[in-house]
Amino acid sequence: MTEPILSVRDLVVKFSLRGQILTAIREASLDLYPAETVAIVGESGSGKSVFTKTWIGMLDANGWADSGSILFEGRDIAKFTTEREWLTIRGKKIAMVFQDPMTALNPLRTVGMQIQEALELHQGMRGEQAKARTIEILAEVGIDMPDVRYHQYPHEFSGGMRQRVVIAIAVACNPRILICDEPTTALDVTIQAQILELIRSLQKKMGVTLVYITHDLGVVANVADRVAVMYAGEIIEYGTVEEIFYDPRHPYTWALLSSLPQLGIKGQPLYSIAGTPPNLFTDIPGDAFAPRNPKALKLDFVKRPPFFQVSPTHYAKTWLLDPRAPKVEPPETIKALRAKHDERYAL
Amino acid sequence: MTQNEREVIIEIKNLRVEFKGKGRKPFRAVDDVSFEIYKGETFGLVGETGSGKTTIGRAIVRINPTAAGEILFKGRRINGVIPKELDREVTRKIQMIFQDPMASLNERSKVDYIVSEGLYNIKGFKDEQDRMAKVSRALLEVGLLPEFASRFPHEFSGGQRQRIGVARALIMEPEFIIADEPISSLDVSIRAQVLNLLSDLQKTKGLTYLFISHDLSVVRFIADRIGVIHKGRLVELAETEELFGRPFHPYTRALLSAIPIPDPQIEKKKKVLVYDPTCHDYSKDKPKWVEITPGHFVLANEEELRQYEAMAG
Repeated sequence: MTEPILSVRDLVVKFSLRGQILTAIREASLDLYPAETVAIVGESGSGKSVFTKTWIGMLDANGWADSGSILFEGRDIAKFTTEREWLTIRGKKIAMVFQDPMTALNPLRTVGMQIQEALELHQGMRGEQAKARTIEILAEVGIDMPDVRYHQYPHEFSGGMRQRVVIAIAVACNPRILICDEPTTALDVTIQAQILELIRSLQKKMGVTLVYITHDLGVVANVADRVAVMYAGEIIEYGTVEEIFYDPRHPYTWALLSSLPQLGIKGQPLYSIAGTPPNLFTDIPGDAFAPRNPKALKLDFVKRPPFFQVSPTHYAKTWLLDPRAPKVEPPETIKALRAKHDERYAL
Repeated sequence: MTQNEREVIIEIKNLRVEFKGKGRKPFRAVDDVSFEIYKGETFGLVGETGSGKTTIGRAIVRINPTAAGEILFKGRRINGVIPKELDREVTRKIQMIFQDPMASLNERSKVDYIVSEGLYNIKGFKDEQDRMAKVSRALLEVGLLPEFASRFPHEFSGGQRQRIGVARALIMEPEFIIADEPISSLDVSIRAQVLNLLSDLQKTKGLTYLFISHDLSVVRFIADRIGVIHKGRLVELAETEELFGRPFHPYTRALLSAIPIPDPQIEKKKKVLVYDPTCHDYSKDKPKWVEITPGHFVLANEEELRQYEAMAG
């Protein structure tokens, strides 16, 4: 098996808020392999953004990696403390594309200068050479008339075009890992499809590892090779995209898939998850999803489940996979998704 | 039940809405749009950002003035200058639910005031006791507790805040509700709750909805009929499954092809169509709004219509 290029082990991230300590990430582990696409899904507050921000040292000033490790190119970057150390990684080796292109771009500087800045800072290019390369990159991300666009400001671009510029800045330095944080949430479906296609083609060309952070399971189905599901700061299940959609094992993954209107039956109520996510200021005993899971076992409330192996690529943190656990059937929507898949296979 | 027998609650005829810029030609946000909404149904309006879908909703609640055309509510015209009495009735009977519950609730007012603000405007209560009883009832109907009335919006989660937005509309005892992207800013797990709430209320109160959204998968789930709008013009309108099963207009086809489907095998193989507006040659032959099969309308000129009819078989 190939070596992972980034390996996160038992990462714990804490924040200090008004004298209280909030645990945002609770012992999350994840390996990234070369040139694959991993999607991290979960609801807001599940910690998916914070988790990836620790890889590039972009936590807010009141947050820190409390324990655990992040191995990248032979170094434990979770131990980094200075900005100088982070600058050897951030933007250069691991880059990020943010959700809203309007806030990610500087409105007072031309688009060309913002891309060129990355080249000058990380690649040591200067003057005409940097400009020529910038125009080349603009063309690569599908912007027409790049030599004209080079001199324009972000407000002269449409939403989709702006997101292309943000992607251009992120890939300018040939990073090894590209993190896309909800890259298409602010865009229309037709534009969304184009941006996803662009990211896919850039990946093919550059061989970069992609990490998508999203709550849109339709997008996940489109882009991902592997999926990690996060809940309350933990990765509770991960596997290949087919394993997660056709054979999910954690009750939270079931709930997340079942609540999608695409899988609902018209005229019948959609499955909805009761309650709210747990308070991260307090210690969470057992399975964090148990209070919202109507079929939770007694054990779920007291003891935290370990990862159980479903297949060599598929793991889930739920007591349901323990050989001693009672048999709990997944909901109908999950079975229907599975049945459709099996039907296609039979043909 | 045939279409003709159904009671029409909202009728929009050749609606045009314009926004004036400085000295320039006014911008036509909505151009020659006509459709009807039947009592008790959910009518979905979909289109991309800037297509004019929200403007139509705002024209119906009379926030945006109309430049031409008519809007009829139960057969009576409600755009332009109308009698005071009708104005009061429409203010009460047509309500709106907004997209972002954080932005649409006054953060400095308590829920009590937010929910009853509409009642104050039309003096819709006898005394303080009556008003409080109405607030409690509205909160209960949307699944909140009456005690919440004394709290501020920031004390609630996104889903609860949207419920407050729904309670504020319900207290007016409306017949017709315009829901403008009511779940777009909510989290996936909360969306289902709000969608279920809207359909429950529709069943128990016989409400009619105009559901405005750019998310076609949500609209498919909730709407009985869908209108597709592109650059201020309605390009296609049909019953939901008819539209998804047999789209005629190239824009509708492109839009439908781009919907992400949560099924990796289908999603990874899908072909996204691109809509090129120059595929229409309207220089000689102007497009018309035609009923191509019963209940299925499309914007097309003579030549396109022949193609579409051939497709319909």
